[in-house]
Amino acid sequence: MSQSILFLAHVSEAGNSLPKVSYEVLGAALKLTKQLGARLTIGLIGADVTAAAETVAAAGAERILAVAGPDFASARYGSDAAAAEALCRAAGAELILAPATSRFMRVLAGVAHRLNGCVDTHVTSLESVSGEVRATRWHYRQRIEAVITRDARPWIVLLESGCEAAWTGQSGAAKVEEIPVTLAQAATRTVVSGVRAPKSDAQTIRPDANLLFVAGAGWTKKQADGKTHIDQAETLILEFLRASGASLGGSKSLVDQTGESQAVLGFMTHLNQVGQTGSTPRHPKGLSTCCHGEEPHVVGWRFINERRAVNLDPNCGWARGKADVLYVADAFEVLAKLNALLAQRSRTSPEAILQT
Amino acid sequence: MTNGYHIVVCGSIVPDPLQTLEPVQSPTGPALKNEMMLPAVLDPWAAHALYEAANLASKAAGSNSKVWLVSVGPKAKLQQVMMTIAQKVSFELVPVDSSASGFADAHATAALLADAIQSIPGLDRSRLLVFGGWESASRGAGATMQLVGERLEILDQFQGVDQIRVLDNAQADGSFEVLERIEGGRHQVSVCPGPPALFGWATGNLPEPRNNPQVGMANMRTVMPALQRAKSVPLPAGGLHFLGASPPKQQRQTRVVKDLPAEQIAREIAEWVGK
Ligand SMILES: Cc1cc2nc3c(=O)[nH]c(=O)nc-3n(C[C@H](O)[C@H](O)[C@H](O)COP(=O)(O)OP(=O)(O)OC[C@H]3O[C@@H](n4cnc5c(N)ncnc54)[C@H](O)[C@@H]3O)c2cc1C
Repeated sequence: MSQSILFLAHVSEAGNSLPKVSYEVLGAALKLTKQLGARLTIGLIGADVTAAAETVAAAGAERILAVAGPDFASARYGSDAAAAEALCRAAGAELILAPATSRFMRVLAGVAHRLNGCVDTHVTSLESVSGEVRATRWHYRQRIEAVITRDARPWIVLLESGCEAAWTGQSGAAKVEEIPVTLAQAATRTVVSGVRAPKSDAQTIRPDANLLFVAGAGWTKKQADGKTHIDQAETLILEFLRASGASLGGSKSLVDQTGESQAVLGFMTHLNQVGQTGSTPRHPKGLSTCCHGEEPHVVGWRFINERRAVNLDPNCGWARGKADVLYVADAFEVLAKLNALLAQRSRTSPEAILQT
Repeated sequence: MTNGYHIVVCGSIVPDPLQTLEPVQSPTGPALKNEMMLPAVLDPWAAHALYEAANLASKAAGSNSKVWLVSVGPKAKLQQVMMTIAQKVSFELVPVDSSASGFADAHATAALLADAIQSIPGLDRSRLLVFGGWESASRGAGATMQLVGERLEILDQFQGVDQIRVLDNAQADGSFEVLERIEGGRHQVSVCPGPPALFGWATGNLPEPRNNPQVGMANMRTVMPALQRAKSVPLPAGGLHFLGASPPKQQRQTRVVKDLPAEQIAREIAEWVGK
């Protein structure tokens, strides 16, 4: 009997497709299916999976299963765990591949326990070598990379974005088998009431941006004239974010100032923090400003391919093999010029502003 | 919620993030070079969970609340870290003398944690809140807390939590509003009707408490005997095999640009970003 692989996904927030990373995981699942000569099943969760199922109808899965209904609209542990468990049992797969979305990261380890299986998260690559499935993931916050195998099955693997080319195919009619799930009362005690987001003009975290712009504590420190220039820093950074469409990251020292009620950049929160106790965002490029580039910060840059930094200190961490280019310069001056340049370009050819 | 909470915080120790980590092979799989010599700290997100737990316990009505810290780690290292952590907030330590390695299997660690929690005398499930970090700085999988929750049959689980607020609604029924991190710098908002529930904390909102020697002395009265009593337990590999473990390969050749006018730097950056 050939192996069976389940590609597990939930519908996007808009409800009409899957989150972007899911199509990359589907690409990985199809590759592995081929390598192992396995059978592929797709499992979907959501209030209504019809439109999302159509987007993967042409992927060549043997079956498309779904747990659907209003109870499964939002990311709640009790209902998502029951739905995922039912799909995994119905598919009877040895290997279950899922995207590392916040919704699935929150629940699939629990599901692995229910299935008497095992789980690995933040996996960056999955390959078959002589029929053995090997996963690569980072330990110690991106400081050590390990290649692992597992004996236990089913093995649930949550893959990160940016690791595989997204599967693309024509949308079409999909034959979906619904798997009925009756939720125990205990699974619905929690009620998801919504999403809290910064106002759109204050939305500085943009996962799909081409550029990560990192601000460090230097922006709030005394400058050559012996004074701080927080208002100016705020204006310069916001102007740059607006013109460039970059996503904003911060160093711990900078975001911690919010809690310590020092003078801070008003739009900077813990959610912007990059590094050891912050995020590890994925962007093709990153520009660090007024940030020293210490190791606990730079581990958050593991998945930023091209890196440049602006710092007054030629001996800062970035100089020691952590950035491709270090500009030893005053970030206030550089950003002012950069903003002027971007403004000029957008006036002369509005399409020429930096692409994100 | 007149009786207060029983808050169990799961948190272990990790190497100080300022240290350089080098993998080596040990008979049981990968390990860190000089692991026992590396200075350790309480796992940062679990530390936030501990401070949030102490804060919630002190604010809960009747102040009949209690905080336990359940920690799986090598006894000697736990003791070192407790010297500072015990000065921060009041808790009772429940140590389990075992591996805190980032290469240990989450399933095995979770089993030890769940057993330790279940063995706490007088723990009241109807008042139970299980706290921990949403991810560790060692394995960094975000799996352990869910596995503990499953073993304790807790279905109200939350991860990437930045805030829980007891609602003072008309019924004053002890419901919580919970904020969990989701994509794009946003939070999902949920209402949980109360214990038992599990929370994997992100950074939360509290600064690190100052050291308080009195709290430290009171804590150490129970911490030291608990450490002496702690059983040494092996951690099974659980069918997890490491084919290799290596530090990142690339060290970049940094081009250091000095004495270039800001205008020219701006041009270079604009061109690079626009490419
Ligand atoms: C347990 C633990 C976890 C941690 N987790 C994280 C984490 O997740 N993320 C993180 O970032 N850090 C983390 N750290 C902290 C980390 O070690 C550093 O302390 C922190 O990153 C420093 O922030 P910074 O570079 O912004 O500030 P600083 O070290 O104060 O550096 C400021 C920099 O700004 C430069 N500067 C000042 N003015 C200018 C100017 N006009 N133009 C150009 N440059 C200028 C200075 O030369 C200096 O290099 C952690 C530490 C510990 C112990």
